[in-house]
Amino acid sequence: MGDWGFFVLLLSNGVLIGLMYSLIALGFVLVYKATDAINFAQGEFVMIAGWGVAAAMALYGAPLWLAVAAGLGGMIGFGFGLERVVLRPLIGRPIVAVIMATIGLAAVLRGLGPLLWGAETRALPLPIGDSPIVWGPLFIPPIQLLGAAVSLLFLAAFGWFFLKSRKGIAMRAVADSQQVAMAMGINVERYFGLAWAMAGVVSTLGGIIWGSLLGVDAHLALVGFKVFPVVILGGLDSIPGAIIGGLIVGLVENVAAGYLDPLVGGGTKDFAPYLLMIVALMVRPYGIFGKPTIERV
Amino acid sequence: MIHRECGVLKTTYEADMALYPLPIARWTVAAIAVLMFVVLPLSVHEYYLSIVNLVSISIVGALGLNILVGYTGQISIGHGAFMSVGAYTAANFAVRLGFPFWLALPLGGLMAAAVGAVVGIPSLRIKGLYLAIATLAGQLLIEWTINHVPFISGGVQASIQVPRPELFGYQIASQRQMYFFLLIFVVLALVATLNLVRSRIGRAFIAIRDHDIAAEIIGVNIFRYKLLAFAISSFYAGVTGVLYTYYQGIANYEQFQIVTSIDYLAMIIVGGLGSVLGSVFGAAFVTLLPIGIRYAMEASGGLLFSEAAVRNIIPNLRLVLFGALIIFFLVVEPEGLNRLWRNIRNYFRLWPFAY
Repeated sequence: MGDWGFFVLLLSNGVLIGLMYSLIALGFVLVYKATDAINFAQGEFVMIAGWGVAAAMALYGAPLWLAVAAGLGGMIGFGFGLERVVLRPLIGRPIVAVIMATIGLAAVLRGLGPLLWGAETRALPLPIGDSPIVWGPLFIPPIQLLGAAVSLLFLAAFGWFFLKSRKGIAMRAVADSQQVAMAMGINVERYFGLAWAMAGVVSTLGGIIWGSLLGVDAHLALVGFKVFPVVILGGLDSIPGAIIGGLIVGLVENVAAGYLDPLVGGGTKDFAPYLLMIVALMVRPYGIFGKPTIERV
Repeated sequence: MIHRECGVLKTTYEADMALYPLPIARWTVAAIAVLMFVVLPLSVHEYYLSIVNLVSISIVGALGLNILVGYTGQISIGHGAFMSVGAYTAANFAVRLGFPFWLALPLGGLMAAAVGAVVGIPSLRIKGLYLAIATLAGQLLIEWTINHVPFISGGVQASIQVPRPELFGYQIASQRQMYFFLLIFVVLALVATLNLVRSRIGRAFIAIRDHDIAAEIIGVNIFRYKLLAFAISSFYAGVTGVLYTYYQGIANYEQFQIVTSIDYLAMIIVGGLGSVLGSVFGAAFVTLLPIGIRYAMEASGGLLFSEAAVRNIIPNLRLVLFGALIIFFLVVEPEGLNRLWRNIRNYFRLWPFAY
């Protein structure tokens, strides 16, 4: 394979992985958009959902569709409950409080997984086959293709939801100004809960796809670290931003890893997105599609 | 601490800002000093002293982080990395150039302060969430650098052995000697922090925390004080890293990963943001929590679970309790253990003649 083919391979891989990052980042963006809360436990959401589905299949012998349904139901309930118990008392408190609460939540979930279902790595088999699709220089594992497809589907669905549906418009109103939304008769707290539940749904699918790609154990939560470069680059409250940010991060890390890893001895995949993110923070902290904030005393 | 303010009338600002708010406070402090310097080391077994030593090290770090988060209102998820910067700087100076302990320690602290100030530069432009993410990036980038540059990390295992610290030709080897050695640093850190927060600098920090734009308008130089907060806080972190390195006898980046940063954040939240005494409580609490869980599980866990299950349960139960505690304190008692202590104190202020 020539240099050119290698580059194209890195690009295609970057696009697919990037779209899978977008899927996870979407959970973060949904919550931030509606409630202004920052979810540092997004990676752990993905992990616990994937773990639950894998454990339902392995330990309790549930078929895939049942396990997925149980996972979705569980995460929706978890999202509503979490908002009620943890996030609602923190409304109006400094932003550090919300950040720390989700960091605490991340620790809880990371401990809860192994306590409930054992610490060993589990496989999460999906009925789509393992043999990669080879097409010219391209070399695509089917799971990545599925992940990218699910990701695009969700992004389109949520784009429609926010633009057209009644609930989505209400949620945008809540994001814009909680007080005005309340005055217009929107039940703000219910929409906060709904946003967390939607993040739970997205995380479940993210957990199934990433879990099936990487195997399910506590390390699955590490994909959460990729969320931050994605959302900072794209803009914290923008759904198209999640796609663009995901694509940029996926491309940058794959190209950087492909060309730089042999020179510096590995680890570029984790390094490059963060370096890019710091530059973005200095130049354009609100991201490509985000709204700049104006502060007054 | 515990005193009553009956019959004390303050007539000057100096008196109001004094380190000892009441005359009797001198005696409380003296009594605690006697307890810590004489009674405790003479009466307690070496093993327990080694636990107290761990608490001492965390107190220094928690104080530093509290200056940044509690007093200045800037969040940092990169303190573990600043500690590793201090640790590796001191270890390199001590091993390559044979620097004695009392030189390597401030050098480690200063290097951490410099790195911390650089990581803090984004704080001039961004805050809140963005700053949290920027410092998280700092943590990951510093970790990666230490891991991938053999010049810093000293080889394959990324760990450097350091000699035992020596003061005035007297080598500190046992836990008991280490106890006194660390206690001196705890006292230094406590006094320095108490004085810092009642000085002009501390007032500026608090003004920035309460509203940074308003602070700028009344003439606080935000650029200077934000970076100063990062530098001072990272200096504490660097010293913590150096102390931990000398305590362990080895500098290893695995001791200073993101988990460490979160541990220290947990300490100041559980203890109480913006409170010196709270940092001490929090450091003690978070350090003792895993030890307590291990004891409890080893003693009684075998009754309910198999031995292999207990080994799985201990670290994970620690994580769950740890996270739950952070959430609990944030939701129920945002001012932390320090607040609980104040409530107890206020109850006994007029006791038994409460009305």
